[in-house]
Amino acid sequence: MTEIEFVLNGKNVTIDVDPTKRLLDVLREDFGLTGVKEGCGEGECGACSVLVNHEIVSSCLMPVGNAMGKDIVTIDGFSKTERYRVIHGAYEDEGAVQCGFCIPGMVIATESLLNKNPDPTEDEIKDALSGNLCRCTGYNMIVSAVLRAAERGKGLW
Amino acid sequence: MSDISRSINKQDTNAKTSGSIEYISDMKIEGALHARTLRSTMARARITNIEFPEIPTGYYIVDRSDVPGMNRVKIIFDDMPVFAEEEVRHIGEPILLVVGEDRAVIKEIIDGIKVEYEPLVPEFGYVNSVIHYDYEKGDGEKYFKDGSRIITGEYKTGYQEHIYLEPQGIIGIFEDGKSTVIGSMQCPYYIKNAVVQALGIENDKVRIQQAATGGAFGGKEEFPSLIGCQVAVASMKIGRPVRLIYDRVEDIESTTKRHPSLIKFKAAVDEDNNIRAMKVHVSLDSGAYIGLSGVVLQRAMIAASGVYTIDNLSVSGDVFETNTVPNGAFRGFGAPQMFFAIEMFINHVAQELGEDNLEFRSRHLAKQGEATSTGGHFRDPIIMNKMIDKVMEMSDYKTKRKQYSAKDDFRGIGMSWYLHGCGFTGSGEQKHIKAVVRLRKEKDNTVTVLAANTEMGQGAFTTLRKIAAGVLEIPVERVIYNNPDTDLVPDSGPTVASRTIMIVGGLIARAALKLKEQWVDGEEILIEERYKQPDYVEWDDETLTGDAYPAYSWGVNVAEVEVDKATYEVNIRNLWGVYDIGKAIDERIIIGQIEGGLLQGVAYGTIEVMDTKDGRIRQRNVTDYIIPTACDCAPVETVIMDNPFPLGPYGAKGAGELPLVGGAPAVALAIENAIGKKVMKIPATPEYIMELLEND
Repeated sequence: MTEIEFVLNGKNVTIDVDPTKRLLDVLREDFGLTGVKEGCGEGECGACSVLVNHEIVSSCLMPVGNAMGKDIVTIDGFSKTERYRVIHGAYEDEGAVQCGFCIPGMVIATESLLNKNPDPTEDEIKDALSGNLCRCTGYNMIVSAVLRAAERGKGLW
Repeated sequence: MSDISRSINKQDTNAKTSGSIEYISDMKIEGALHARTLRSTMARARITNIEFPEIPTGYYIVDRSDVPGMNRVKIIFDDMPVFAEEEVRHIGEPILLVVGEDRAVIKEIIDGIKVEYEPLVPEFGYVNSVIHYDYEKGDGEKYFKDGSRIITGEYKTGYQEHIYLEPQGIIGIFEDGKSTVIGSMQCPYYIKNAVVQALGIENDKVRIQQAATGGAFGGKEEFPSLIGCQVAVASMKIGRPVRLIYDRVEDIESTTKRHPSLIKFKAAVDEDNNIRAMKVHVSLDSGAYIGLSGVVLQRAMIAASGVYTIDNLSVSGDVFETNTVPNGAFRGFGAPQMFFAIEMFINHVAQELGEDNLEFRSRHLAKQGEATSTGGHFRDPIIMNKMIDKVMEMSDYKTKRKQYSAKDDFRGIGMSWYLHGCGFTGSGEQKHIKAVVRLRKEKDNTVTVLAANTEMGQGAFTTLRKIAAGVLEIPVERVIYNNPDTDLVPDSGPTVASRTIMIVGGLIARAALKLKEQWVDGEEILIEERYKQPDYVEWDDETLTGDAYPAYSWGVNVAEVEVDKATYEVNIRNLWGVYDIGKAIDERIIIGQIEGGLLQGVAYGTIEVMDTKDGRIRQRNVTDYIIPTACDCAPVETVIMDNPFPLGPYGAKGAGELPLVGGAPAVALAIENAIGKKVMKIPATPEYIMELLEND
């Protein structure tokens, strides 16, 4: 067991934990942040995406030991922000949400993209979302939602 | 009143984008233990002995000796055991559960269990037929003897894995003599009936609750009945709640998939180049247990003539049992296999006859009033000609088809025509399902829909609420639809077979009409409606003849592709579709169904490769089993044409499965156009395309 300190959704946290435990499990089990989903456990599907120092990371691939000193944001924290409100509205208006299991990860991927590139092209969006699998929508409505979020959220990113 | 098709926001989007909605793995259940499955490592063997390590206190083994009722999962054929008996019949077959608090300890126990097997000879080919059906329309035999030109074709389709993003998961609770099962599912009452049989207890001692379900596509139709029984047995034995949540590897290795198939055609063509008679045979690989395979076979067989009228048709089919993971329901349910095959065959026949494929297909296209494959009738208007004209105009089909036919132009365009029978095949609704729905008007003038149909992303709750609100002329916000709980809602049937809007929505619309007539502010009123088969439907279960479905939805797709000259990878450039689903209850929801279904169909035809070696599935994760990413999606242009079905709510027919059906044949025909070779199997991988081009 090791004491790991990091910032989680804006708050300083400390946890005494096996440092090899997956960040995904720590978030879901120890912190009860179940907005982070496990879809494949191998870093392919993106359902467990979180932001680590504002970079998108698959939390199933990251041992919690690597979180030491980092700033981690999950959907549970991000959903309290103005940027989330814009992204959510765009997803809703485009009908981009079906079963919803990939969506917290998609929203995190959207934030990660817009944070770097507030005015992305369609190809840039597809590229940015390509690490997040969705089996329901065929992606076009999600791509449109990201375009719409970028347009509505001018100045936020 | 505004048009019903105008889209509204879904009731659950907010909870889904914020991550606050609870899927089964997110639920915190006091005192719940984890379970993990010990599985067969042999394709076929007799279990001679199981040696256990020391089991620590608080950990449990649950196997067939713990099943108080019948150790069989009630599906259609009760052939699948809840836990393996003496003989295991496929790799991954569940033998027992290890249950306890700590998942690491559970894993140690599982690793320490030694199962001794006496190997038996497994079968992997189309050898052991366990179900055979045939049906006959007209009398075609003479055309195969009178000197007509005989053209044959043989087509193969592969597995398809659902990859719903949320893996299977279920929780069992046993309290005060009552078993409650909560989970990710399509069909609460299927699980209820299965648990009643496995526990051998009264009907009112079993309660099933649906949790938010993260995609299903048929994969959560019958499979959850198996794991529902397992956790029900485990929680009853142990007296504490038991959670069985699969990870992706376990899900891919051990849950149902789309049946691989082999489909053979033989057509007799007269001197005017018309098909006078056709013989078709379908082989489906069911895997180790039959499950729903017989019903899947029927839907495949009934689709044997596609959208074409063939006066003399002789169709047969077999379900072959093999020692591989059992196959089952998957969006389309046998139709995607057959529509790939018939669309390729009809084009190949035209090609052999030296005819223009469009002209040849149009001449055979079914018209209103003509007999269906099973000798029923297409009663309602068929607007395919209008749809085909539209899609050709949208895609500039004719010009491109000609242009891409030039040798060494690796671009191609292809068009598929298809239909999908809405609702259960034959007398299923009337004889087996007998759907019941209720509407309860509350004192506060809200209306609760009481039905067992589930939301799994397809928008059922929103659509069904819209239907009720529309008929009642009240705001949709005043109609409530909660996740089904069998203690609270009647059995309105499973959420499958493109039946939810047309059948269940139809019952809701009728109930709403009655409620409107009886409406009194401030009073509680309960209305019940039961399914009644339309009078015109006549079906014979023995001969498989008559009206197989009360209505048909129709579709046409065009796919435009470019095949890479060096790698033979297929790049999907554009997709177009025109659909007749009667009437869209919510346009945006329908477009979501269409775009998602179409991409699943296109991927089924191209990139989704799954195979077995010595009975073992070789693809273990989404790293090996490739589904499309955002970079693989092409622009999709969709037109929905109204053609209201008189008995559907607002004229609606089924729409959930239809859009998957046309994807594979459209893209396979486009590949043919690009490479100038006949595509005889899907997925049409780069390796297969290379083989076609090199075997010149």
